[in-house]
Amino acid sequence: MIEYTARQITPHTLVVLMQDHPGVLNRVSSLLRQRGFNIESLTVSTTDTPGISRMTLVVDGATTNVEQVGKQLYKLIEVTKVTEVTHEPHVTREMALVKVATNGSKRSEVLQIFEVYKADVVDIATESVTGEITGTREQIDSLITVMRPFGIKEVVRTGIIAMVRG
Amino acid sequence: MKLNGARILCESLLQEGVDTIFGYPGGVVIPLYDVFPEYPGLRHILVRHEQAAGHAAEGYARATGKVGVCLATSGPGATNLVTAIADARMDSVPIVAITGQVPTTGIGRDFFQEIDITGITLPITKHNYLVWNVTDLPRVIKEAFHIASTGRPGPVLIDIPKDVFVAEAPFRYPETIDLPGYKPTMVGNARQIRQAISVIKEAKRPMILAGHGVVVSQAYDELKQFAEKTQVPVMVTLHGIGGFPCSHPLYFGMVGMHGHAHTNLAIHEADLLIAAGMRFDDRVTGRLATFAPHARIVHIDIDPAEISKNVKCTVPIVGDLKNVLAAMNQEMPECEHREWIDKIEGWRADRHEPPGALDDSTGIPASMPIKEIYRRTREPAVIVSDVGQHQMWAAQAFAYDEPGTFISSGGLGTMGFCTPAAMGAKVGRPEATVWAIVGDGGFQMTIQELATLIESNIAIKIAIINNGYLGMVRQWQDLFYDKNYVATQLYQPDFVKIAEGYGIPARHVTKQRDVGPAIDWALATSGPTLINFEVQREENVFPMIPAGLGVADMVEGSQPKTLQLT
Repeated sequence: MIEYTARQITPHTLVVLMQDHPGVLNRVSSLLRQRGFNIESLTVSTTDTPGISRMTLVVDGATTNVEQVGKQLYKLIEVTKVTEVTHEPHVTREMALVKVATNGSKRSEVLQIFEVYKADVVDIATESVTGEITGTREQIDSLITVMRPFGIKEVVRTGIIAMVRG
Repeated sequence: MKLNGARILCESLLQEGVDTIFGYPGGVVIPLYDVFPEYPGLRHILVRHEQAAGHAAEGYARATGKVGVCLATSGPGATNLVTAIADARMDSVPIVAITGQVPTTGIGRDFFQEIDITGITLPITKHNYLVWNVTDLPRVIKEAFHIASTGRPGPVLIDIPKDVFVAEAPFRYPETIDLPGYKPTMVGNARQIRQAISVIKEAKRPMILAGHGVVVSQAYDELKQFAEKTQVPVMVTLHGIGGFPCSHPLYFGMVGMHGHAHTNLAIHEADLLIAAGMRFDDRVTGRLATFAPHARIVHIDIDPAEISKNVKCTVPIVGDLKNVLAAMNQEMPECEHREWIDKIEGWRADRHEPPGALDDSTGIPASMPIKEIYRRTREPAVIVSDVGQHQMWAAQAFAYDEPGTFISSGGLGTMGFCTPAAMGAKVGRPEATVWAIVGDGGFQMTIQELATLIESNIAIKIAIINNGYLGMVRQWQDLFYDKNYVATQLYQPDFVKIAEGYGIPARHVTKQRDVGPAIDWALATSGPTLINFEVQREENVFPMIPAGLGVADMVEGSQPKTLQLT
């Protein structure tokens, strides 16, 4: 079983737009490593604008100079825009697959909890049930905390994507 | 008209105004070297180690303000450039490093002399390119030179596979650049400038800390006008040396770990620091918690990431220093700080003493040949140093008024920098007298370049400050490790024999009375020369603020004294 404790961080969320050139993600991750920035999550993909990728970064504000993260990212030639959305009204979503241990008697309880969280059950096996949940970081943290007493076999999360409201 | 990649590269370099390439050939770049004779406008200087090609490109760039170009083959040739590229990154020097690469079909398959140089240089280049297609080559070169030379300058690497050198394409040099993510701010924000002016007007004990930005931006006139208008004393970082005339009454010398005592005391007492093109490096600030405790800070820099990175500033101004100072000069009223200036003068102990009587019984003090070089060498002169004790003495004794005359490896502190960088400086400014002031340790790191000097007739004057030690490390072992000299004593070879082995005239000097004549001899001799100054073995550089400490811990001689500070 996995001992899972949610880390206490002060999340700051950055949205980075960059040119979709080969290796640009490597440039970003190399920069983050080089400067010693603590990254909680990072997700990236293409956008509706051809040639532009969009990356969502969550940084721990307690241990990292968030202003420096943005400024150093701007120094990368292929980064076109960095926006910190933490303090603006914004929407965040993350997806996770959570595999919970079940013996016969616990299974229905686990299924009910997944239903409460509006998680889809994507796999049932003799020893486990796997649910897919989409929500905010806090909602996913909450599901995992509630499931922990049953025994969590495996968790995979995507990291959040974020968009400013309006 | 169709040209192959090699010719496209040469044509593009000519478009960028390149006239010199420092390089060393190898397997994958033979197709490029093969076409060089067709381009007499591109002078190729053959070095003896690729690291020297990189440092020579740096010296050339720092002496001329143009982009320096170095060239190496794939694999070990490229990795030998890494130190020089890192050096250029740390000191913001505009160079373009061109490396050959194995054919595109071999990349990622561990071919002979294949190395992922773009991956290796990611953290140490301003940007880098791997050119997969010959049709991209002109655009890449134009972008590379633009990125290297604009904003905060820095190194750009272009990795070119062998089959790209051979492949053909129609050549058209682009007229415009499209880099949506790269738009350096050149003009300071007007509101910030007004705020800075009002803060400066209020200051009672202000100081200007001038750094490399003055030299890069060529803001010499603007800085002089600003200082004279505001009557604010000017002090410099290592790379700011040469940014303000030494004989000017408002010039007070270098700050930092080995800066003069009065400059560091002044920082401690100041109520305003005007940081002009400097980045608050740890060698300048010492312990951050005790740095400039009473001062507000106006920080002018072209790189927004430097502002408030190490030291929180009161008024940030992002922009090119020349532009910002010019704008400030228009609005700045005249000020007066006579009392403050007199106070700093009172602390001063570094007045340039006229040379005393020569004493041949004590050997040569290490700073003596350096001071004599400054006294006897007329401008135009370029002084290039290596790294270590001699570097600090060269910085402390610097005496010229001409801008841009001091070249040294500061941020990375690369030993071996001096000889090749001096080479590059001389090639860029043939009319100047170029001195390479170097320690015996650093000299041996790039000693093979004596061959380049004689072969390409590059007339630098080498002065080895030879104390038979890795001097600066020995000093730390002396002061902080109980004189435990581990691995710092250096065998002293016969440098004269070595130089003469390369056909370079040389002299060995052991007595004070021979120092002056040897320097005059070197200045009067055409072509490269070398002087081996055997100096006192265990001298220390003072003052010194030990690493991680503050000005209260400054050591001014072998007896540390406690300073009375407010």
